[in-house]
Amino acid sequence: MARHKQLTTKGKIITHAILIAFTLFAIFPVVRVISISLRPGNRLLSRSLAIIPQGATLESYVTLFFQTPFLRWMANSLVVSLLVTIVGVGLAITAGYAFSRFKFRGRKASLLAIITTQMFPVTMLLLPLFIMLIKLHLYDSFGGLIITYSATALPFTIWQMKGYYDTIPFSLEEAAMIDGASPLYTFVRIILPLALPAIAITALFSFMTAWSEYLVAAVLIQNTDLFTLPLGLKSFQANMEVAWGLYSAGAVVVSLPVVVIFILASRYLISGLTLGSVKG
Amino acid sequence: MSTLAAKRNRLAYAYLSPAMFIMALVIAYPFVYNVVISFSNMNLTHFRDWRLIGLRNYWLVVTDYSFWYFFFKTVLWTVLNLVFHVGIGVFLAILLDKDLRGKTIYRTLLILPWAVPQYITALTWRGMFNSEYGAVNLLLEKLFHTQVLWLSSEWGAFAACLITNIWLGFPFMMIIALGGLQSIPNELYEAAEIDGATAWQKFRNITVPLLRPVMVPAIILGVIWTFNNFNVVWLVSNGGEPSDKTHILVSWVYKSAFTYFRFGYAAAFSMIIFLILFIFSWRFIKKTQVVENIYG
Repeated sequence: MARHKQLTTKGKIITHAILIAFTLFAIFPVVRVISISLRPGNRLLSRSLAIIPQGATLESYVTLFFQTPFLRWMANSLVVSLLVTIVGVGLAITAGYAFSRFKFRGRKASLLAIITTQMFPVTMLLLPLFIMLIKLHLYDSFGGLIITYSATALPFTIWQMKGYYDTIPFSLEEAAMIDGASPLYTFVRIILPLALPAIAITALFSFMTAWSEYLVAAVLIQNTDLFTLPLGLKSFQANMEVAWGLYSAGAVVVSLPVVVIFILASRYLISGLTLGSVKG
Repeated sequence: MSTLAAKRNRLAYAYLSPAMFIMALVIAYPFVYNVVISFSNMNLTHFRDWRLIGLRNYWLVVTDYSFWYFFFKTVLWTVLNLVFHVGIGVFLAILLDKDLRGKTIYRTLLILPWAVPQYITALTWRGMFNSEYGAVNLLLEKLFHTQVLWLSSEWGAFAACLITNIWLGFPFMMIIALGGLQSIPNELYEAAEIDGATAWQKFRNITVPLLRPVMVPAIILGVIWTFNNFNVVWLVSNGGEPSDKTHILVSWVYKSAFTYFRFGYAAAFSMIIFLILFIFSWRFIKKTQVVENIYG
């Protein structure tokens, strides 16, 4: 065991104290939202800091599901996010492969152009898209939203897929080639199954991009029937005194699956993120 | 040989084409269109009959007091955020790298802020900064018998946005730093101990230089993300409250575009923000040579 990682008893106590303090900071807002979502209707404006509120109830959740368009927003968000995931994964696994395995004209320029897009302020593409979609009469439709989300997630996912393919030895393809396998067969049957962890991360990232995006949706969608979850939850906030409980219940329902998946996947995500930099 | 190369080239383009098609449609074409609009007088009254007016929009942006004011605020915002993100992140990573019981639990709970969707974080903190019912003031009152007017004063709102963004941003740096620390070989520390190095000397001469190559790309990304972080500023301040003072460049240009519909002006403004980031990033990248590491 490495000595420099060992702590004296006093050091251990101090370290635990600091970690506990930061952990409290990290979980406080989360605990707070859960607590407010459990408050009964007549106590929403209570000034209490209790974690489990007096007269805790699931009233807000019941109202949320049966008396607001929440389920419709959720269906909209699911449709958009799933389509973005399918499109995003399909595009990233092919483009990442090309960047990892082939030396072609314009390779370096394209890779640099892809990083450069990360520097665009969001209005840079949103304003022209907004004007284009109005002129094409595609404004207020899921189509515009899906294409935009897929494209915004792409630079990161292509990069991430490329990094993962780079770790798969080239000899596998050579061996397949010698056995007479076609390049497409090699890619689909040999490389893709090996890249499954990276594909999972790409899918997760694409899904989360669409599931959690507020700004593009706020510009491209006006029709309340087409609202996605972020637009819906934001609309509660316009009337926060009344809807504080509804908002909190909605926030818990929306975040829970994402948070659980994120934490389960975090190990892979971390290796994917650090791979490129540690390697060099 | 050359026919084989040509064949492989064609294959590469075939794999690339779907992604490139979508990116051309939604990134490249709008980008060019944005450049054109930035030289035009397009707004709500001249939506279809716009014409080119040269550099006038750019001139309007850089001679406007609010541009420089929000530029200053954006730089302050970016620097403060990065200092806290990297400071807290590296600090916690060093603690989590020690032999400690319950490390996994700490790590899992500490990345929670990263996992929560950003807009929910922002809307939730806005609720917590409410001066009367918000948890932040209730805590301050209980612990220090004091209250702060977070959302109704200019710098109060700025601080509120800052705290929110520090909360959601430190786990990313922590995780990157943790990955970097784990790749530092133990032998280096052991050798230093034999030479009688103090804890500070080990940190200064082993940890910092070996962590640098891992942190630099993350910091560049962090600067770009924070400089352009629309969500937190816009949602915590509810669109720039009080009275359009709580903005960074990107939220201000959003307001000109989608509240005031000054399309030409906003397009020029976006170009200027992009150029600032572009120049900064390339200088930084050149100096630290991260690209070679990434593409190597």
